[in-house]
Amino acid sequence: MDSPTAIAISSIVIAGLTIAIGSIAPAIGEGRAVSQALQSIAQQPDASNTITRTLFVGLAMIESTAIYCFVVAMILLFANPFWNQLTQ
Amino acid sequence: MDGVQITTDQWIFWQSQTLPAVKLNATIVFTWFVMSVLVAISWLITRRLSTGPDVPRMQSLLEVLVSGMRDQIRDVSQQDPGRYLPFIGTLFLFIAAANLLAIMPGYRPPTGSLSTAAALAASVFFAVPLFGIASQGFAGYLRHYIQPTFLMLPFNIIGELSRTLALAVRLYGNMMSGTVIAAILLGFAPLFVPIVMQLLGLLTGMIQAYIFAVLAMVYIASAVKVLQGEERMQDDHHG
Repeated sequence: MDSPTAIAISSIVIAGLTIAIGSIAPAIGEGRAVSQALQSIAQQPDASNTITRTLFVGLAMIESTAIYCFVVAMILLFANPFWNQLTQ
Repeated sequence: MDGVQITTDQWIFWQSQTLPAVKLNATIVFTWFVMSVLVAISWLITRRLSTGPDVPRMQSLLEVLVSGMRDQIRDVSQQDPGRYLPFIGTLFLFIAAANLLAIMPGYRPPTGSLSTAAALAASVFFAVPLFGIASQGFAGYLRHYIQPTFLMLPFNIIGELSRTLALAVRLYGNMMSGTVIAAILLGFAPLFVPIVMQLLGLLTGMIQAYIFAVLAMVYIASAVKVLQGEERMQDDHHG
């Protein structure tokens, strides 16, 4: 196996693994956050404005870990520095 | 994979013949476009403001926007929104306009470029100490870096840097993912599926604009509020 093939195979496999593994924890975290927020809104409908705003900000914080994984996967697929170095 | 560009920086509009380093890429052009749209709309609406019983329709739109932003800033920071409205409101309006104009054909959101997102995050990074120093003075602001103990100094500095990075990459990743997914879907399901993803992209763009503005406000408020609490404690001590 020559090195471009090895780089291509490892990049594609790792990009898939990055998204697959990296989205597990944020998905669990977002699910827990949303369920807790719904419970709180059901208990205290008066505070729903504050809860919703805090929920959105918190979701964005949680989601950013998944976004990092997505950015890394996109770099591996479409802007791979090792691949570009080899093919130029 | 030439069809999928993960950044608008590589899309060159114009390049100087004599100086090849001078060029206009799509990010700059679309940023100028968004800026001119915002300025033109604001100028047209505020040209004749009325306080009478019949307010022009566009003026009430602008009033709804401004008063909504003031309410949100007051809710988040628990302070008078007047000082923060110019900065936070500009961030929100610019990002929201840049993201929502994505329904126009041929337009790519400039926020989908890491340069724009990093510039916006850098402005927040510099605004936090500016607001903090303006409210409490230089020494008072610096004291919050050693807030619980002196040992926390490196962690406070790292936290300040990493949240700026997170702010930039969050905006860039969300907007870039929208355009990349639309471009990939065009390849194998070009009929109706991209419309749904565009719809989702509009929602994401609006939420991201809101989150960017709220997070900027939270960071500024934390720099200002910690010091106010400290000052209150000192006042109690003296009194």
